[in-house]
Amino acid sequence: MSKKTHLDESSNLFAQEEAMLNDIRCRLKDYSAERRDLIPILQMIQEKYAYIAPITIQMVSDHLNIGACEVYSVASFYNQFKFNPPGKHPVKVCMGTACHVKGGDIILENFERKLEIKEGKTTPDREFSIERVACVGCCALAPVVVIGETVHGNMAPSKVEGLILGFQIEKEKQARLKEKQARLKEKRDADENGN
Amino acid sequence: MKMEINQAFDKICKDADAHIKRLSLIKGPRISIGMATCGIASGAIDTKKAFEEALKEQGIDGQIQTVGCIGHCYAEPVVIIDHPDSGFPPIFYHHVTPGKAKMIVQSFLIDGDPLFEYLLGATKENELIPQIYDFPRFSQEKRIILQKCGIIDPEDINAYIDEGGYSGLARAFQLAPDEIISEIISSGIRGRGGAGFPTGKKWGFAREAEGQDKIMILNADEGDPGAYMDRTILESNPHQILEGMIICAYAIGAGSAIVYVRSEYPRAIEMISGAISQAEELGLLGNSILGSSFDLKISVFKGSGAFVCGEETALIQSLEGERGMPQHRPPYPVQHGLGNRPTVINNVKTIASVPAILNNGGDWYRSIGTKDSPGTAVFSIVGNVLHAGLVEIPMGVDLKTLIFDICGGIPDKKKFKAVQIGGPSGGCLSSDFLDTPIDFDSLAGAGAMIGSGGMVVLDEDNCMVNIARYFLEFTQNESCGKCTFCRIGTYHLLRILDRITKGQGREGDLEQLKTLSETIIEGSLCGLGKTAPNPVLTSLRYFRDEYEAHVLEKRCPACVCRSLTAFYIDLDKCARGCDACVGSCPVDAIFTTKNRKKGVDQALCVKCGECQVACPPEYNAVIRVSPPEKAPIIEKSVN
Repeated sequence: MSKKTHLDESSNLFAQEEAMLNDIRCRLKDYSAERRDLIPILQMIQEKYAYIAPITIQMVSDHLNIGACEVYSVASFYNQFKFNPPGKHPVKVCMGTACHVKGGDIILENFERKLEIKEGKTTPDREFSIERVACVGCCALAPVVVIGETVHGNMAPSKVEGLILGFQIEKEKQARLKEKQARLKEKRDADENGN
Repeated sequence: MKMEINQAFDKICKDADAHIKRLSLIKGPRISIGMATCGIASGAIDTKKAFEEALKEQGIDGQIQTVGCIGHCYAEPVVIIDHPDSGFPPIFYHHVTPGKAKMIVQSFLIDGDPLFEYLLGATKENELIPQIYDFPRFSQEKRIILQKCGIIDPEDINAYIDEGGYSGLARAFQLAPDEIISEIISSGIRGRGGAGFPTGKKWGFAREAEGQDKIMILNADEGDPGAYMDRTILESNPHQILEGMIICAYAIGAGSAIVYVRSEYPRAIEMISGAISQAEELGLLGNSILGSSFDLKISVFKGSGAFVCGEETALIQSLEGERGMPQHRPPYPVQHGLGNRPTVINNVKTIASVPAILNNGGDWYRSIGTKDSPGTAVFSIVGNVLHAGLVEIPMGVDLKTLIFDICGGIPDKKKFKAVQIGGPSGGCLSSDFLDTPIDFDSLAGAGAMIGSGGMVVLDEDNCMVNIARYFLEFTQNESCGKCTFCRIGTYHLLRILDRITKGQGREGDLEQLKTLSETIIEGSLCGLGKTAPNPVLTSLRYFRDEYEAHVLEKRCPACVCRSLTAFYIDLDKCARGCDACVGSCPVDAIFTTKNRKKGVDQALCVKCGECQVACPPEYNAVIRVSPPEKAPIIEKSVN
């Protein structure tokens, strides 16, 4: 990667963060400054951005007029709140009783092995993250894995590779398509310039 | 006053009736698809799409209706087709994939052949097709809580009213609050959240408690892994819950109520929120309900995924924006609850039973079930059982009837080993307890508990030590950390169990498990700590031989604990040249021997068991042994 694009990307990230903070600031106005709104506020941030960044904890603490440590104490108590951004395709492996009995831990291990990350982590390219969840409530389909919004029932260790491959192929397809379009555009531009 | 309420309710009923009549006037077949979370997970959305496309292609006018879950999870996606013109009764189809959906449209709706091979039965009595209600999975159930689940459209309040909904509320308003409470007391209903406290008494305490601003909370923080009936009820019939909540709030004199539901249940949240606004529109919620002087506002609060918040004092803490840690009782929430106001907290199933009690009377409810545990109980039966799903039975039915007669027993002719009842707080019962009647006291006597109603059936291929370890891992994770015995005790219990399952058990471990468990029970404040050691204690009591095999012989009798087992391929059975197992191995541990048979590289094998599944049944060459030393050493071919 050239230096220029690297700079572009980091300024892009910076802009994204700025947008996120502005958005949260706006949304906070809908909530009272009472303590009982703390969890609903955290849920709003979690639902919107899929994680709670340190800087947003400070914002919530200012809004409710309580210490940032208190906000963090509550946020870290509940399983719902995450402090790291998840991957583009979050993999949630169900660890409910029925899934355990039918080998959910082997499925989890297989994802860990194929993606080369541990549970709770995100792949370096931010494509996948693995999370263990307690019962998604479809025990009759055990073992169950939820990727994004899709529930995959009756999983098997050998299906793991296929699932991941599916996403990678899709990504490559998209990349090729994009490249093709870029090439076409370049050609068009060149043609126009030539004329 | 009573007249006015009656008139107001009559009008609502008439409107609902007219609405439903209008719907039934629409010509053509009516297709009801089960679309609760479990149905969607099994592919109900694709099935629905397939029906829509097929109807459009064939040019048939028909209605596609989404209903909730009927509780027969083993058969999902489930579809009921009512096609009066065909001369057939409404038919219940199971496992309806998109392909089957198109076939059904073609042959049933057009050619008039209902495809007997795909149907389960009819939902009405008739002479052509057996009725599903005659099958043991249906006939031995007694549905009060789940009665309308999977039958009516959960998103249409009129469907519920047309089936007799909200008549319990209309009746309740004819009574004085004290009369309602005595009706509930006479029904003998006990809280379905697990502890089994008499509901009528709780309401009575709250009514008598001082303080004006009373509050009613519905506890739908169903955190037990393996239990999902509360979710199903909320998704499939939210109005029954609302009706029960309004009755409860009226009886105790509460002006506001909260539905506390897990945020992991987005569909349940959507359904209950929709139901609240529909009820408000019809004047069944809000100010002066049904023209009476009673006002009630119901709001929804999303829980954030902490198991301990199912405990009522912890639940209140989390509503107040704190860490969900249980508090000392007394004072009880009925006197000093949320914001120090008198608070009644009831489970979803308790509240769902209330409308039926008001409609049919306390004596009717008491006549169902046993003397000390009247009424019905809902169980979610999962694990190694043929007809998994939700079952509602009268209390007092024995475990054998439930598991073998109603749910069809264990698949693949395997042997029954144990049943785990009550989730992480319950216990494992062996086959000696199959005659135990299911009620609060008998199960508690055996060391288990009804708990939230999760039931996991285990067959001979399940290791009890592993199951105990699994539950401990869960409770250890969910321990809030307030009490030392729970926080550190469960950690040590888990460590010992971990060691045992890895073949590093020591002498004295079993005794230590027992004393440590007993100490945790004694030294913990809330239900979580007090019941967390139950899975260990019961499995230790009824399956001590398995623990001993792990500790003394370093062997897992069920061949489950991975450090204690190995897979190998029996060369006498393995077919030359076949490589069905090779592709199934996720770690490429399978190699070819010099006579072109297969072997497992023990150093690479992760013991997932996929090769055993992949090996064609006619060879059945993959064998699992424990201890691992029993596996013969097979040489690789050198080439």
